[in-house]
Amino acid sequence: MNHWLRSQLRNIAPFATLLVLIVLFSSASKSFATLDNLANILQQISVTGIMAVGLTFVILCAEIDLSVASVANATGIVVAYFTMQDASVNIANIPLPGGIAIVLALAASVILGCATAFGVTKIGIPSFIMTLAMLQIGAGICAMLVRGQIAYNVPSLITTLGSGSLGPVPWIVIVAAIVLLSGHIVLTYTRFGRYVYMTGGNREAAEYSGVNTKMIIAAVMVIAAVCSGLAGMLGVAHFGSAQQDEFDNYLLDSISAVVVGGTSLFGGQGGIGNTIVGLMVLGVLNNGLDHVRIDSFLKILIRGLILLLALIVNVYAQRMRTRAATTAVGG
Amino acid sequence: MTSGMPLLELRGISKSFGGVAALTDVDFTLRAGEIHGLVGENGAGKSTMMKIIAGVHTEYQGTMTLAGQSVRLRSARDAKSIGIGMVHQELSIVRDLSVAENVLLGMQPVNRFGMIDYATMYRVAGEQLKRLGIDVDPKMPIGALPLGLQQLVEIARVLFSGARIIILDEPTSALSPPEVEKLFAILRRVRSEGTSLVFISHFLDDILRISDTVTIFRNGRRIETAPVPQIDKGWIIERMIGAGHEELEESYTGEIHLHSKPDAPVVMTTSGLSVEGVFDDVSLQVRGGEVLGIYGFMGSGQLELARALFGKLQVERGSISIGGVTAKLNNTTAARRAGMAFVPESRRSMLFHMEPVYKNISISILQEISKLWLRPSAERTIANKHVKTLQIRPPLVDRPLGTLSGGNQQKVALAKWLTHLPKVLVLSEPTRGMDVGAKDDVLKIVKSLREQGIGVVVVSTEPETVLSLADRILVMKRGKITREFAGEVVSKDRLLAVA
Repeated sequence: MNHWLRSQLRNIAPFATLLVLIVLFSSASKSFATLDNLANILQQISVTGIMAVGLTFVILCAEIDLSVASVANATGIVVAYFTMQDASVNIANIPLPGGIAIVLALAASVILGCATAFGVTKIGIPSFIMTLAMLQIGAGICAMLVRGQIAYNVPSLITTLGSGSLGPVPWIVIVAAIVLLSGHIVLTYTRFGRYVYMTGGNREAAEYSGVNTKMIIAAVMVIAAVCSGLAGMLGVAHFGSAQQDEFDNYLLDSISAVVVGGTSLFGGQGGIGNTIVGLMVLGVLNNGLDHVRIDSFLKILIRGLILLLALIVNVYAQRMRTRAATTAVGG
Repeated sequence: MTSGMPLLELRGISKSFGGVAALTDVDFTLRAGEIHGLVGENGAGKSTMMKIIAGVHTEYQGTMTLAGQSVRLRSARDAKSIGIGMVHQELSIVRDLSVAENVLLGMQPVNRFGMIDYATMYRVAGEQLKRLGIDVDPKMPIGALPLGLQQLVEIARVLFSGARIIILDEPTSALSPPEVEKLFAILRRVRSEGTSLVFISHFLDDILRISDTVTIFRNGRRIETAPVPQIDKGWIIERMIGAGHEELEESYTGEIHLHSKPDAPVVMTTSGLSVEGVFDDVSLQVRGGEVLGIYGFMGSGQLELARALFGKLQVERGSISIGGVTAKLNNTTAARRAGMAFVPESRRSMLFHMEPVYKNISISILQEISKLWLRPSAERTIANKHVKTLQIRPPLVDRPLGTLSGGNQQKVALAKWLTHLPKVLVLSEPTRGMDVGAKDDVLKIVKSLREQGIGVVVVSTEPETVLSLADRILVMKRGKITREFAGEVVSKDRLLAVA
């Protein structure tokens, strides 16, 4: 394999996977390759997409956040908690004006993010363990607020963004696109973005260059929490209810999207572009499996195998690239 | 000494890494029962040669015969099985295990249930260590021993593994003079038992004292082999570095007159800096336009002191003032802001190998060239300027850093701090692992920085480095500054005498 191909394996492999899946499902089912279904897929990956943006920042720093889905769930429940519910919903909630409810919910996600940031950078708990604890704390907040009930109402702005449409385009897809684009701009064109890549690429070197790496890591943990919070609020509107455990699948999905897309688990390599491809791979896979006749229990296994494959490619790509970066003389 | 029969013979060895020749047509003969000294600048090929012998590098051209039999090693395990052992420069001990477990690692005695027989293990290890004159309790965790003793134990381990050819890579670099004596006594005893030793070192005095034969490598070629009684240090250095490096050569042999500048303005003062068990009560001054060398054996605390000056290690007591202002160096960002700059001893911990050269250079000055948005064109302009003045090869700022040679990488590491000049630049082991040409380049860069009024601190465990760069020298010993050399004549011998 030539030098360029080797160094680009990380970007090529996910894209090739996506193309193969599209060709596969298109030939297997007539209903797959339609404009309507594309809209479906985009809608299906929007909530995951918003979450995955924050996670991309975290993984680029060579950290991990296992609490994204839990924080999303908690934020969604907080915004419902501060919204007037029907009499049938038996929650001791505190109805507030919509704008204030949204601000409070976002503030809740910021606080959770700051707690993670504090644990990881000040106390020095590995992010894997710290966010595992935060996962449980988020779940605890959910449980305390809804007490086994289901809330249905959220502020009207959130309802619009989560389940409304602008012409033919669902708002949630627009929001996801804006968040993904913002993430890309921050990572690619700002000083902070460069620091994220350098911190992930070689933390010690970043530190020896005068970069405050703890600050960078704290910031990405908060960014991840806020993205999750936003995803959580819109998700609640999108699903039409706020209840415990409703985001459980989203942790694996968002991590898969980032990693399947080719962002390195070792940090410093990848980006939002990769995450978008990863989201599409997952979206096409989940959606496509519904279009072909296949045992629905087998679907779960297939997703697991695809994730495993992506992890293998990820590790392999890292090795190839390291070799390409240190041995190439011809360029 | 006795020169026995040729035991190990290598003929016409060539080896290259990715198109770059590391060894070219090298012949090498090791006789039974001799200590064979191997010298050469870093990158001269001596380590590559020894790694071929030890089965680490398995792809090469040429032949190898052991006691007349042709051998082709496929792994380090192969080498071990035919009695070739190597003691690497980086210790490969298991810190949490006991001395005995380390000595007998992989060959611990077991009882009839297949469990490790600790009583026998401690007894055997204890006896063997005592026989070699190493006085340690075999039950001690090895991590608790001083570095020098750890090194001796590591050497003992290879001896016990039954090797009849032992390669020692820089075994004395971490040892104090009495420990070196102990090591030499051990090596002489082993030699008298018929074992052959290869002794790689850049401490030429050590080489001359212990070796029977010396071979000199330069640029991947064997330059000359000669019996020790017929040669001296000057003879070796001439062949080691080739012609035209008088200044460098001087630092190996001659006496150096330190041109200290007692009237230059003080740019940094430390008083009573202490970190428990690392360094103690360090008070020093750095003057603008002066290179301050800090020398000490490995483990004397000077490398840690350098890190503390850049906020990477937090001091427990004492204060630092930079440019007359007290500075709290809580982290590297604060240190940078206060006017400090630092290049650590390991380039790996300073550079981003996968990133292009220009990003490596700009990372430390991004704050100055961009507020929110990056300006890659400005970054490239700055990088191109440094690439030109420092003669970084190849002069392509978009090349991944990992494709550059070690010397050029070190220049990139320096370039990071040359755009907005710091008040004080701390260099830890600035010439380690570099060839002569690259060393000369670093020398020039440091001198030009001195001309511009920067206070440069050079910290090293190699006397040559300090002697070739410094205007004033502090010697550290067990975490304390024990001696200052200023405005006087100093030589390597005098430095070593007080360290």
